[in-house]
Amino acid sequence: MKIVTANDLKSGAVIWWTGVGWSLDVNEAADVGDDGAKVIAREEGAQNAVSAYVIDAEKDEQGVRPAHIKERIRAFGPTVRLDLTVKPADANAVNWVI
Amino acid sequence: MYKYDEYDQQMVDTRVAEFRDQVRRRLAGELTEDQFKPLRLQNGLYLQLHAYMLRVAVPYGTMNSAQMKVLGDIADKYDRGYGHFTTRTNIQYNWIKLEDTPDALADLAKVEMHAIQTSGNCIRNISSDQYAGASADEVVDPRPYAELLRQWSSFHPEFLVLPRKFKIAVIASEIDRAAMRLHDIGINLVRNEAGEVGAEFYVGGGMGRTPFVAKKIKDFVPIDQMVTYAEACVRVYNRYGRRDNKYKARIKILVHELGLEAYSKEVDAEFAHLLSQPIEPPLAELERIQAMFFDPAFETGLSDELDLSDPDFRLWVERNTYAHKAPGYVIANVSLKPIGGIPGDATSDQIRLMADLAKDYSFDELRVTHAQNIVFPHVKKSDLYALWQKLEKADLSTPNLDTVGDIIACPGLDYCSLANARSIPVAQKISERFGSAERQAEIGELKLKISGCINACGHHHAGHIGILGVDKKGKENYQLLLGGSEGADTSLAKITGPGFDEDGVVDATEKAIDVYLANKQGDERFLDTYRRIGMAPFKEAIYG
Ligand code: HEM
Ligand code: SF4
Repeated sequence: MKIVTANDLKSGAVIWWTGVGWSLDVNEAADVGDDGAKVIAREEGAQNAVSAYVIDAEKDEQGVRPAHIKERIRAFGPTVRLDLTVKPADANAVNWVI
Repeated sequence: MYKYDEYDQQMVDTRVAEFRDQVRRRLAGELTEDQFKPLRLQNGLYLQLHAYMLRVAVPYGTMNSAQMKVLGDIADKYDRGYGHFTTRTNIQYNWIKLEDTPDALADLAKVEMHAIQTSGNCIRNISSDQYAGASADEVVDPRPYAELLRQWSSFHPEFLVLPRKFKIAVIASEIDRAAMRLHDIGINLVRNEAGEVGAEFYVGGGMGRTPFVAKKIKDFVPIDQMVTYAEACVRVYNRYGRRDNKYKARIKILVHELGLEAYSKEVDAEFAHLLSQPIEPPLAELERIQAMFFDPAFETGLSDELDLSDPDFRLWVERNTYAHKAPGYVIANVSLKPIGGIPGDATSDQIRLMADLAKDYSFDELRVTHAQNIVFPHVKKSDLYALWQKLEKADLSTPNLDTVGDIIACPGLDYCSLANARSIPVAQKISERFGSAERQAEIGELKLKISGCINACGHHHAGHIGILGVDKKGKENYQLLLGGSEGADTSLAKITGPGFDEDGVVDATEKAIDVYLANKQGDERFLDTYRRIGMAPFKEAIYG
């Protein structure tokens, strides 16, 4: 699947396009198919999102998993500071990244 | 320490106000991201892997306690409770919000700090020897000269749009503690036979994709022509530096392609021209600045004795302190590399504690080093034990300076959007594997440096052992390099062979160290043994 990611203008937080808005949780990312460029043009114009781009991902029973490790780290947070990640309580979550 | 005058302060305050308005306009939708991005970068605000990152300049790495304390407060007020000290003696915050940035910059301005020229194709923060003004082996305190160059280069109209970023280091000791030969311009302050101070100039050093050791271009530029000569060097680069290819735009490529002789001839012509234009600040300006870098009021008649009966303290003293020029004093290093820790990170509490300790024990001064550590430059020996005990309570007393645990590591793929692989976890694993004090003592001085991509922010080219993260078909892969150095004996490390995965590179590092231990003669450091026996035995052991 193809999903769209960006950073929130005000906070800089990594965000994912859900089809109707933006979420901090990659699992809520929507498959945009061939419409990525359209979403990006509209959303960057609306000033909420910066540096938006389309990436490849897969969806399985665990949720949405970006294809590249870099995007998985963006989805999760730094692998070396579990307290700063999206899932601070889950010590095994880092395995999802690597 | 340099003290801002009203013009300095006004310049910085005005910039904060200007940026506050730019941020307001961006948030109100009056500026697009394309319009805004260069403005935020001019104020040190990047967009990184997870969030905005703010890089704050620490000129020549020197700070007073009030400045350090504000760095800790900013980490709490606007970030997530920690800061990251970098290889260019700056500090970075990884989670600053755009809307908070003007306030953070305003807090910095109150203590004479800013983030100007920490990004972009301009002359960046000027670095220097972290022991400046304190070590016995220096010719003069290099910082007033670095400060003069800072003032010359800040907002210099011709040099705000150079072909690429430009880095200058100033030292004044044969023992190069600032990696001077790996800068675009390196200046070593020396004395001639008449005892006058002058500047020995080096050009064209740097790491990155195409590393070069800087070449000496002038033995002695009279001190009242130093700025003019620097200006000539940068002007020639600005005129001929390539703008068609970002990777070939650095001065090192120009010097390499033209040849030192041809480049030097151009500089001489420009220098002669500039001498006819008098642009050099008057010597009185240098003297004004020098007057702010006076020695603190060292007590006299102090004893040089230290009670070393506590073995942990003794180990720390042996490893982390350095001789001071004044009797009864010592230079103390705080390693920001606890075993298994993140190199260069400090919590807001640790930052504030170091600020307080500098006030109590080091004449209100601290330094940031290019090895991502902190220095208390002037500690009375009779206070050293008390200082160490307080550091120990805050996990700041790791006795591993310049050993295998004192790793330089760039943020890598955990934070940096340019990275190919993570650097920090490799540093953590190596530091854990060689964590015991006995092991570190057996291995002695060993500089290990890790970068997460070819940009070489982690200085892997200059590591006795260097590690470079690369991307191998979408997977993290690590190349091992041996034989680099950054001091007076600067050399570039060479790749051993095919890369490894994360655990593989830790194992390969251990094998390389075992080869050293098996071949070491006398007091040889890892680097000396490598230089004597060459790459072959290491390769044999690693790939065997
Ligand atoms: C935007 C992402 C980047 C991050 C997070 C980053 C991080 C760093 C850090 C932490 C340092 C020490 C910084 C300082 O205190 O000023 C540094 C220096 C350095 N950066 Fe970067 N950097 C980035 C981009 C780049 C790029 C685009 C290049 C080159 C194309 C580059 C090349 C270097 C080099 C070569 C050094 C130091 C080595 C030297 O002095 O030659 N960096 N970078
Ligand atoms: S070396 Fe590469 S990965 Fe490391 S901080 Fe620099 S640009 Fe980022």
